[in-house]
Parts: sequence; structure tokens; C-alpha cells
Amino acid sequence: MSENLDTILQIAGSTLRLATPLLFAALGGLISERAGVVNIALEGLMLVGAFVAAAVAYATHSPVAGAGAAMLAGGLFASFYALFVVKLRADQIVAGTAINMLAAGVTPFLCKIFFQSTSSSAALPMDSRFVSAPLYGAWIFVIAVAFGLGFTPWGAWVRFAGEHPEALDSAGVRVNRVRWMAVILSGFLAGLGGATLSIFLSSSFSRNMTSGRGFMALAALIFGKWRPWPTAFACLLFGLADAFQIRLQGVVLWGSDPVPVQFIQILPYFVTILVLAGVMGGSRAPKALGQPFLKH
Amino acid sequence: MRDSVWKILRFLRPLIAVSAGLAAGLLVTALAGENPLHVLAILGRSAFGSRYDFGMTLFYATPLIFTGLSVALAFHAGLFNIGAEGQLTLGALAAATVGICFPGVPAVIAPFLAGLAAFAAGALWGAIPGWLRARRGSHEVINTIMMNFIAVGLSSWVTLYLLKNPDSQNPETQAVAPSYLIKHLDFFGDAPLSIALFVALAAVVAIWIFLSKSTRGFELRSVGQSEGAARAAGISVGRMQILAMALAGGLAGLVGVSEVLGNATRFKVGFSPEYGFMGIAVALLGRSRPLGVLGAALLFGALHKGTADLDMETENITRDLSLILQGLVILSVAADGLWAWLDRRRSP
Repeated sequence: MSENLDTILQIAGSTLRLATPLLFAALGGLISERAGVVNIALEGLMLVGAFVAAAVAYATHSPVAGAGAAMLAGGLFASFYALFVVKLRADQIVAGTAINMLAAGVTPFLCKIFFQSTSSSAALPMDSRFVSAPLYGAWIFVIAVAFGLGFTPWGAWVRFAGEHPEALDSAGVRVNRVRWMAVILSGFLAGLGGATLSIFLSSSFSRNMTSGRGFMALAALIFGKWRPWPTAFACLLFGLADAFQIRLQGVVLWGSDPVPVQFIQILPYFVTILVLAGVMGGSRAPKALGQPFLKH
Repeated sequence: MRDSVWKILRFLRPLIAVSAGLAAGLLVTALAGENPLHVLAILGRSAFGSRYDFGMTLFYATPLIFTGLSVALAFHAGLFNIGAEGQLTLGALAAATVGICFPGVPAVIAPFLAGLAAFAAGALWGAIPGWLRARRGSHEVINTIMMNFIAVGLSSWVTLYLLKNPDSQNPETQAVAPSYLIKHLDFFGDAPLSIALFVALAAVVAIWIFLSKSTRGFELRSVGQSEGAARAAGISVGRMQILAMALAGGLAGLVGVSEVLGNATRFKVGFSPEYGFMGIAVALLGRSRPLGVLGAALLFGALHKGTADLDMETENITRDLSLILQGLVILSVAADGLWAWLDRRRSP
């Protein structure tokens, strides 16, 4: 009996831990998408954050410095993305894919220069890693984003930039400036999410370590109907799938052999597809999502 | 006079974009402490320097033609196929599976059978996100990415548990029966280039005919231009989306022909240096036109060969430079506003 309770507590604990990178990234994506900019680039922004966090934490022995640097790097990459999608009106999905490729190429490239390896950075000692701070930090950000979007004038600008950019424009607010800020903020958050992968959930950066989490974060915010709290719960759902995935490895469910690890590892991806397919009907994206704003 | 110069410039837009992307990429190499001119020299020599080198360029270009066509075809239907990587993985696995399980098939039809299996497996892997988009409204970008990861898991399981090569430590299947192997092009020496190149060229022609001459192709393109208008004209939008993704997946699956039947003789886990993602750059640069895809595939084939050699010949540059170059080229092609801005500056 108490063994079962232990198992449940363990799974609950790892669900919370594994949901943190998704929470940060999904909140970032939420801000950007509510402002009307699709953010497929989350995956790449996270990857950049993961590398920079590992490198800076390694050099300074300070996880806080690592996370701060990851935030800035995410913001920098995001402003590069914003330059193309907001200013130059590039197709958002195409440019986002390009940012992801850029991040997938730049991170091992830099890793080679700093750590003489394209596959992973040097292992971080315990004092350079977070023990539990991101666990609480993520939920503080959920509260902050929910409050900011819902109850501040700034949040109203973001929502109008995504729903009725023309109205915002005639009220004298520069739509594209709001979108720039929203995309850069999403870069800060996605960078932090990446940092939690390399200096919280593991002890080094490794090549392509985001493995689709940026896209899962997108799926979570669609499932959460572009609202902070439901999005956060969707992240928990994906965290749970991930926790089960790790828990089930090597476990005998039927017959005499454990379930092949390859089948277990695809569980979170499978859940993502099912969740997206199951809920789309009632979900509505911000009206101006994906459309560049051009003042006439 | 100025007008005609401008027209030529517009026509050369993809070339200008590539040059801009390349220049930015060379800047990256300079930051890494290499001499950009030296890098450029190695790139050129290693892509076109000899028959062997050029053969390698064509060898890399062949799968890129398939994946580039795959992404381009989906673009025409208004869909973004980031799933070519998973589709080609399953295509190659299917070709290998048929070649291992049916060794008795005569050589006249064996490659066709394996090629058909590759196309079908890729088509299935593309049709699933197509169906999800058409019938459940869920976005194909997220679903195709998820399908990529599922393809990796599924193919490694089949490889390790069902078809494992007992003589090797590597995650690879047994070899296909010799009757399945297709002809090597000896002109290019040791480069593993096969007549799969001609299959790719045939696919270029076939897709060109399909898109510009057939009724189905016209319907597919009209769905891409405006779903509402297509629906009003009585076209079944959902069915066209599923068809487009299935065809796109099938095209990507044909990479199995060049890889398994023309090169490795077996399925190797992780054989693709992300041909599927390169296909996105190829399609964008080729503006989704079949002939454009062919040209862009040759260019990226050359870049891929070049960066692979840079990895060996320089201190700090790795083959990841190829990804950086692709990202930069895509961005410079996609920056519509930049071209519009130049346009506006020109008019008084």
C-alpha cells in the first residue's frame, strides 16, 4: 500500500519537474501568439537557452548567472526572429523553422569551440546547477503572465495586437512595437525553459536536447486555448506523459520481457498528437494570429 | 532601361538571397577564427573539384530532390510538411524490409517493388498528419514533428528487434537481397551515386506535369491559394489536403531508393543527415517549382559535401555549418518585406 503511495508521489514529483521547461516555453509562446505572432521558433530559442545556460553556469559556477544569460540569449535570438517576421514580414512558420535550424547548427558549433565536442558540454558540478528553484519559478511566472495579460494595460495591448490590431493602431499604440516586445519576452521565457533542461533537469548541454519540447509547448498552449492557467495544466499533462515514459523503462507489463524502450519513448509524442486531435473543435486562435501588420 | 535591370534583379532574387546567406555564413566562420576565403576555396574544391567530388555532390542532391519536391508539393496545397525526415526514415525502412523478407523476387521487378514499398510507407506517414489536419483541424506542423520522433522510435525498434544485422555492433538491418540493388554510376568513381538520380529527375518531371497539367494538380493548388474559394468551387478541401500530404510523404519515402537500394544496401538508424529539413530550404529556394527544386537541391548538395570536408580540414568548423547556412538562406529568401521595401524605394 505505502509502496503504491510512494510510486504515486514519485510520479507526481517528476511530473512537476519535467513540466518546468514546457511551462516556461509555453508561457513565452502564449505571449507571442496572443500578440499575433506564431512562434514555431520556441524549439530553437530553448536550445540556445540550454546551451548558453550550461556554458555560463560552467564558467561562473552560478546557476543564476547561467539562467540569466540563457534569458538574454533567448531574447537576442527572438529579436532576430522578430526582425524577420515583424519588420520584414517574412512568413512566420517559414522564418520560425529557419531560426530552429540556425539554433540546431549554432549550438553544436559553439559547443565545439567552448568544449571541444559537438555532442555535449562538460558535466556541471552540483553547485552550478539548480536544485529546485525553477520548480517554483515556473509557477510564479504562470501567475505573473495570467495577471499581466488579464489585468494590466500592457496585457490589453498585447491582446489587441493579436485580436484587433487596427483598433490598437487607431488608439495610437504602435502595433508592431507591441509585437516586438511580445516576441522578445517569449524569447526570455523560452531561453529560461531551455536553461531548466541543461542546468536543472540534467547536468550538461547535449546536442538537440530539446527534442521537440518547443513544439509540445506550442501544442500545450493550443490545448490550453491560449489562456495561461489551462496552458499550464496542459504542460502538466505532457509532463505526466514524460514521467510515465521514464518510469516505464525496463518495466515488465506483460509476458516476460520489458516493453521495448523505443515504444515507451514515443509516448509523449503520441500523447501530443492525440491531445491536439481531440480538442481542436472548441479552440479559437487569436484573430490576427500569423498576419503581419502593415499600416496603411 | 532601369526597369529591365530591375526585372533581371527580381529574377535573380533567389541567387541574391543565397549569396547573402552564404556571406553571413562565412562571417560565422570568420568569428570561429577561420579565413573565410580559405573556407570558400575548400567549399568549391570539395563540391566540384573532381569527378568523385561532383559525384558526391550529386549523391547528396538526389535525396534532396525528393525531400525538396515533398515540401514543395505540400506548400502548393497550403500545408507545411516538416515531416519529410520521418517519412523518408520509414520509406527507407520499408524498402529494406521488403528486400530482406522477399529475397526470391527476380531482379527485373525487385527494385520496383521496394521502391513502391518506400513510397507507400512515406505516403502513410504523410497521410496521417494530412488526415488530422483535414478532419480534426490540428496543425500539421506540430503533428509532422511528432511523427518524426515516432518514426525514429518505430524504425529503431524494427531494426534492433526484428531485422538486426547479426554481424555488426551498429544499429542496422541485414542487407537486402542482391536482386534489389540498382545500378551504380561508374563514371563518378567511388562516389555512391546510382541511377536513383534518374528516378529523382523523373519525379521532377512527374510533379511538374501533375501540378501544371492535371486537373487534380490544379485543384490542389487552388486549395493552397484559398480554401474558401476552392470549397465554393466544389473542391473537397479535406480530401485534397490528405492527398497532398500523402504524395508529399511518398516523395520523401523515395529517399529509400537512393539510400537503401543505391547506397547502403540496408537500413541504418540515423542514416539521414537531416535530408528532410534540408528539403525545406530546397523547396523555399526553388520557390516550390519543380525545376527550381532541382537547382536548389544541387546547390545544397554541393554545400553539404563542402561542409562535410570543412569538418575534416579545419580546426573549428563542423558540419553543423551546413544547418547554419540553410537557416540563413531561408531567412533571406523569406524576407518578403525587404524586397517590397526595395520595390518602394525604386518607385518615386
